[in-house]
Amino acid sequence: MTEEDKELFASGHRMCAGCGEGTAMRAILNVAGPNTIATVATGCLEVTTTAYPQTAWDIPLVHAAFENAASVASGIESALKQMGEKGETNIISFAGDGGTFDIGFQALSGMFERKHNVTHICLDNEAYMNTGIQRCSSTPYGASTTTSPSGDVSIGEDRPKKPLARISAAHDIPYAATATIAYIDDLKKKVKKALEADGPALVHVFAPCPTGWRHGSDDTIELSKLVVETGIFVLWEAEDGEICDINITKKPKERKPVEEYLKKQRRFAHLTDEHIEKIQKEVDEKCEQYGF
Amino acid sequence: MSKVKITIAGVNKKPGSSREYKTGGWRTMKPEVDIEKCIQCLKCFDYCPDGAVKKTEDAIEFDLDYCKGCGICERECPVDAIEMKVEEK
Repeated sequence: MTEEDKELFASGHRMCAGCGEGTAMRAILNVAGPNTIATVATGCLEVTTTAYPQTAWDIPLVHAAFENAASVASGIESALKQMGEKGETNIISFAGDGGTFDIGFQALSGMFERKHNVTHICLDNEAYMNTGIQRCSSTPYGASTTTSPSGDVSIGEDRPKKPLARISAAHDIPYAATATIAYIDDLKKKVKKALEADGPALVHVFAPCPTGWRHGSDDTIELSKLVVETGIFVLWEAEDGEICDINITKKPKERKPVEEYLKKQRRFAHLTDEHIEKIQKEVDEKCEQYGF
Repeated sequence: MSKVKITIAGVNKKPGSSREYKTGGWRTMKPEVDIEKCIQCLKCFDYCPDGAVKKTEDAIEFDLDYCKGCGICERECPVDAIEMKVEEK
């Protein structure tokens, strides 16, 4: 079998050049394998991969509405159970940050609560990118978006990012983790663990967006590395609701200043030294909570 | 414009059919690999968002039908074996 045959996420999708989601999706589907059924919420992933009459998915896919990817996946899991399937088929619900943090949150929480054997994967690019960069509850403090523009009286988004993976872990689900595309082996390992978990699981994948964050298309991987090295996005995993392993291998020995990450993106270009200091302080406090 | 026959409920019966759509035309920069320098670490293969890097016997090659020219491979190559050059039409 050649490498080409193994690709379950086909080339020819319409993602922007340098999109982090493409890298993430290739890795995720190659781990999941052909015996997988996916559902996808409305979002970048859906509009770029399902331009009718073509599809970039080499596995069965159901496109639901914006809010119910996790509910549709629950239904598929229940139906397969009734039909006598032994749980060998992987069921994954994909959504962006809008379809997970905001609009799809009720469906996701319900899926966790009912203990369906479904893995939810959130591809987080920190705003509603496919409709034109509107802010979302995943948008970080200080980012300028079209609905939280920076200006004389505003610094852009004035709320911190919602801790999605921690909220998910608090549902006492068997597995919740955060990952990013720069550490691709770590991402693959976490997706594998999530799929093998007996019950609902969540993987929160950080995927930079050159169009919405206003950075060069070749900066994608470097930014997803910097976000970990500065401590802004912490890579960890939790089993049965207990944070058991703040991934030691990716624990930065010496954290870089947040400025290095912020300065590479034009959505943060308006921030003054005071703002950056404030963000640095918040990151320091958060890292202390995680123990480094 | 060819006519597209719409199936019942818009069900798409051709998995992976986006391969028919060549995204290579979006490109303004084109990657070139120096196979002498390539150590086959396959970082470019892993990081390419478009699946446009293919393994060969002794190095890698680019599938220019799909490469959008984002430059991630050039940036992430640990031995600087890849260089982005302006696409000539």
